[in-house]
Amino acid sequence: MSRRGISLTINGKAYQREVEPRLSLLDFLRDEMRFSGTHVGCEHGVCGACSILFDSVPIRACLMLAVQADGHDVTTVEGLCDEDGAPGLLQTAFQDAHGMQCGYCTPGMLISAQALLAQNNDPSLEDIKDAIGGNICRCTGYVQIIESIQLAARRLREAEQ
Amino acid sequence: MNRDPGRNLHYVATKRRVREDKRFVTGQGKFVQDVVLPETKHAAVLPSPYPRARILSIDTTAAEALDGVHMVLTGEQLAVDCNPIRLGLKLPEVKWYPLAVEMTRYAGEWVAIVVAEDAYIAEDALELIEVDYEPLAAVVDPEQAFAETNFLVHPGHGSNVLYHGHFLWGDVDGDFAAADDSLTFRARWGRSSTVPIETFGALAHWDEGTEILDIWASIQMPNFVELLASTLGYPLNNIRLHQDVDVGGSYGVKRGIKQSVLVAYLSRKLRVPVRLIEDRLVNMAGGDAHGPDRIFDTDVAFTNDGIIKSLQIRALDDAGAYPGRAPFQLAKPISAIVGPYTINSVKYEAISVATNKTGQVPVRGFGQAPTNYMIEAAVDAVARHLGLDRLEVRRRNLIPSDAFPYQIPSGSNYDSGDYHMVLQKALDLADYDELVQRRDKARTEGRLAGIGIATCLEPGGGNNIFEYLMDPTAEITTFMEACEVKVDPQGKITGMMGTTTSGQGHETLFATILGEELEFDPDEIRIVHADSLSALPTRSPVASRMAIMLGGAATGAAGKIKDRALAIAAFNLAIALEDLEYSGGTISDRNDPSRKLTWAEICFISYRAYHKLPPGMEPGFHAQFVFQVPGGGQLPDAQNRVQIYPCFSFQAHIPYVEIDPGTGRVSVLDYAIAHDCGTVINPDIVRGMVIGGLAHGIGAALYEKFTYDNEGQFLSATFADYLMPSVHEIPDVRDVEHCTPSPLTSHGQKGSGEGGYLGAPAAIASAVNDALHPLGLSISELPMRMSKIEALINNGSK
Repeated sequence: MSRRGISLTINGKAYQREVEPRLSLLDFLRDEMRFSGTHVGCEHGVCGACSILFDSVPIRACLMLAVQADGHDVTTVEGLCDEDGAPGLLQTAFQDAHGMQCGYCTPGMLISAQALLAQNNDPSLEDIKDAIGGNICRCTGYVQIIESIQLAARRLREAEQ
Repeated sequence: MNRDPGRNLHYVATKRRVREDKRFVTGQGKFVQDVVLPETKHAAVLPSPYPRARILSIDTTAAEALDGVHMVLTGEQLAVDCNPIRLGLKLPEVKWYPLAVEMTRYAGEWVAIVVAEDAYIAEDALELIEVDYEPLAAVVDPEQAFAETNFLVHPGHGSNVLYHGHFLWGDVDGDFAAADDSLTFRARWGRSSTVPIETFGALAHWDEGTEILDIWASIQMPNFVELLASTLGYPLNNIRLHQDVDVGGSYGVKRGIKQSVLVAYLSRKLRVPVRLIEDRLVNMAGGDAHGPDRIFDTDVAFTNDGIIKSLQIRALDDAGAYPGRAPFQLAKPISAIVGPYTINSVKYEAISVATNKTGQVPVRGFGQAPTNYMIEAAVDAVARHLGLDRLEVRRRNLIPSDAFPYQIPSGSNYDSGDYHMVLQKALDLADYDELVQRRDKARTEGRLAGIGIATCLEPGGGNNIFEYLMDPTAEITTFMEACEVKVDPQGKITGMMGTTTSGQGHETLFATILGEELEFDPDEIRIVHADSLSALPTRSPVASRMAIMLGGAATGAAGKIKDRALAIAAFNLAIALEDLEYSGGTISDRNDPSRKLTWAEICFISYRAYHKLPPGMEPGFHAQFVFQVPGGGQLPDAQNRVQIYPCFSFQAHIPYVEIDPGTGRVSVLDYAIAHDCGTVINPDIVRGMVIGGLAHGIGAALYEKFTYDNEGQFLSATFADYLMPSVHEIPDVRDVEHCTPSPLTSHGQKGSGEGGYLGAPAAIASAVNDALHPLGLSISELPMRMSKIEALINNGSK
């Protein structure tokens, strides 16, 4: 299959690559670009483990092709870290409230939460549930994930004051 | 163990960050899919479309000719080179190979595997494989499978019955004869599982130079390497399992033995690393990761006051085509066969049958969740029969707090507990009287509302003697766990455990206990996962055991480290051992604290100054400890009574539900839970386990099911069919702890990984039945999907 050239931004950095037209964006990010924080869960758009920000909107990387990302801006979980690679505010809140267990759904949860908090730093419980309603977690029962997002929102508001 | 209950704890039971979390939030977790080896080739598998069929021929020519394909393997070839995978029970004619041989036995069973340059090409090649099948009628219904003599899943075995056992503990006939009343009911636990978000994956690399097979796998399984070795016919020490792989959820099911055999075999054949990552459809249909599928027929004898005297239980479990360790999930419940109740005698008939479905593996609680659902259903049935309050009936039957250790008819001694207190805490948290008013008000407004009440016991830290109960040639009386602790020349501490971890926070657990015992900040203690060639004996993180068992091993090893430091100090300071005390690594004279040896000095002596070591002491500074299951080590007595698990945690669940009568949809609007797992090592971890297990139990109660049609075709291959709870289906759970320390463990801890899942299905069923009660309806089959409830309400059929 003939490869196609794409240009895109990942976590603030510009890249140019040649890819096969049928390569999924998920496999491109993981296998070609080595952003392995984005996880493979169901590959049919239900579980949300592969969530990324696509032009700031949370989407499933398993349902897109890499060629469709040409000219777009992608953020993966690695892009939520501070510049030195340390956990950012949202990630730290997930640590402090233990909003995870096995860590497999965590990057997708963080992406969905990031998208929410970017729009709304004082979300209601329902806002949070709507934001992560498409991310399945089998470990936590969601309670500590919700608490993590609430903690992050509080810290965000305090930081903005 | 030398636990001092009055001791002041610094790190144990204190809210502290979970050390594993940092790598997960930054995307730096190392899951098997993240392990990259040069030259790795990728495998994909071809599933059978038929539940039962004879394989007449397989033509792989076109697939092999495709560019980028390295090999196509079928079961026929593999069976020449490999042994069948060893089963838990000795069933020589039940032959389980990683690929179907001659016959397929369930829809989704793997019949061929392709290795190619990448997974895309491998999947292209699958479409070029031509299989000629002769479809045959399948065995689907477990009762029919039990009675069947013509249609056999494994014809050579002679029947579909994999196990059929009878147990009798106490005078059941006498208790039934003497009881005022009795009732009979059927309860059915549907086929569901834990379904981790990460599928199973494995990467293998055979190195001809060292003759070592390196394998990375998302594994959570005792004896995994032994099984792999016996299937491949390798000596055990040719295999090195890398256990520093993060496992993306398991809760029992990440067994992956056939997957691992395949990549190991192919890697050695092709002399390159080979990896197989199941895709979701393959995982659901053919990953051999389904859970118990069980029918209970139970007779209960009781007094007119609602005191339950005796149970007669028949449990028929559908193990699927290849049983693995599935039948043992009927044996674990023997350890808590009467739940938390003072039931006098039990008759237990356990049957495991094979059907043409994907195989059953251990699932969270190892068979205890279905059994607990049945026990709680029995209590509710007795209350309903007598017109008594469900709560009052429970109170009359719960084991009183002054009765511990309490021996149940099947021989378990429950170590400790205060069941009445924990139940009361749950009721207080639920604001029970108010909740009853809320329910009754909803009912007067025409809504279907119900309160659930359920308790559960969580056996933890088992010794595996249940194998002997089913197979008296299996004289296995230990299920040990070990660790090694090293102090380096800088005085820094490293703990080495010998298993993978799949979300339970074992590194945090281990570091916390080492920190507590050695009086060092746990954050400065390194924890590593030794590979299987380097590790000390371990039996993997199953059976709610790691807090008990790794905790015990860590305490033991820390004790040896301290003893060594004390001996060095006694020798160098010429002070008697009993006059020395250990504090934060420094050893000093109780009577004159200025006479001391610091941690740095002890480390220097250990590594550099042999002349200052007590005569005969080895240089270096490390300790190993292999911890035997407390209270275990005995074979059953003549009545099959035995202690299987040492520790018993307890929970009480109070959910509140409302049902939409039009659609049958159940909404869980409130949920209070009280839990007692003794001393909590890390509060955030335990709370997460409890609530997560509970959510998983809500899934099993209301949504999750692997469905087969009457012909054995599999209908639940996607997440859109199987149905797992999202955040919208899980209520805002409120939880409260209680602590009855175990007298048997290092710090009073018990297991906590399973209880939520053991109690929630029973509690939700209790709530739904309470809601249906005004209509004169009840349901006794899980999952209680909305379609089923809607049909029940609107057809009035039971």
